[in-house]
Amino acid sequence: MRVDSPGRLLMGLGTGGAFGVLLQKGRAAKYDVIVDQLLLKDGTVAKIMGTAAAVGSFGVHALVRSGHAKLEVKPLRVGGIVGGAVLFGTGMAVLGYCPGTTLAAIGEGRRDAIAGALGMLAGAGLFVSAYPKLKPVLEAGDFGKVTLPQATHTSPWPWVTALGAAVLIGSALSPARPRRFAALRALFR
Amino acid sequence: MTALTKTSWSPYAVGAGIGALSWLSFATAKKPLGITTPFESTAAALEQTLAPRLTAVNAYLATRDEVPKLDWECALCVGVLAGSYLSARAAGVRATRAVPVGWARRFGPSVPRRYAGAFLGGALMMFGARMAKGCTSGHGISGVMQMAGSSWLFSPVMAATAALASRALFLKGVR
Repeated sequence: MRVDSPGRLLMGLGTGGAFGVLLQKGRAAKYDVIVDQLLLKDGTVAKIMGTAAAVGSFGVHALVRSGHAKLEVKPLRVGGIVGGAVLFGTGMAVLGYCPGTTLAAIGEGRRDAIAGALGMLAGAGLFVSAYPKLKPVLEAGDFGKVTLPQATHTSPWPWVTALGAAVLIGSALSPARPRRFAALRALFR
Repeated sequence: MTALTKTSWSPYAVGAGIGALSWLSFATAKKPLGITTPFESTAAALEQTLAPRLTAVNAYLATRDEVPKLDWECALCVGVLAGSYLSARAAGVRATRAVPVGWARRFGPSVPRRYAGAFLGGALMMFGARMAKGCTSGHGISGVMQMAGSSWLFSPVMAATAALASRALFLKGVR
């Protein structure tokens, strides 16, 4: 078993602590907030994730450009990504928390999230046992660790700017009252 | 410190905070924020200890690039739990309901039924996360900000499936 240095573990604890405070203050550790987002009745989670990605994108690409960091992306393997996304989305709709917010919900005192976390550990164990047989499916359609700018031979900055602009426009259009996403919800009817 | 005693912050402020936190994690740990890898390595380590002769576990250990470890990301998970605990305490919030309001309205007040649902949902969600090597944090936030092809495929498929699944679950409900 590989063990990181105490300093690095402490750094992880501090970063995680800040992440936990943010998720709790963002009301993302609550079942009803997450399920209302999935039902398109509330936009809290989309606002948090969109803003996080847009703000993060500027800084991370600046760090990469100045040589202070390297991108760390997951490989684009169509089988694993699409299959995993479908199971993930279905499971999240039942649990009502995502993995990070399950941990934050436990911190907030939500006992059902403990059952969720135990289920997550069981699901991971099942994955480990199934992995040898699953491997060919997971690795079907392997495009490697590719980013959209790399795939299109473009600079990342137009992408970063577009993401920022999309979040700004989205936030400007988002009504403050209930009945959010009314047009989008009508499409589902 | 008074900010910590508030019940909630604006979702945009929280999002900007998470974005800035990811600069920090890239600059210091050289890693993006992610949650589910430690669940996989913990499960692998447990299976290795409890059933060392299980051939599937050995085949996993020989071919999978995630090895059992106690690392920065494990500490991150513990930190999320602790940070949320401190944040809720500072605000005087303590959520003790075992069955969330929306769940009870649709599936009734039974605690065992909620725990069983949460367990099964959690298992399915984590199985999917490890198939895709990421979750709402690792793909949805960290991968999307890096413009990763994998994450820009995962996120819309995940969001659409979750929206359809929750609609199917709550279709006949009061909601």
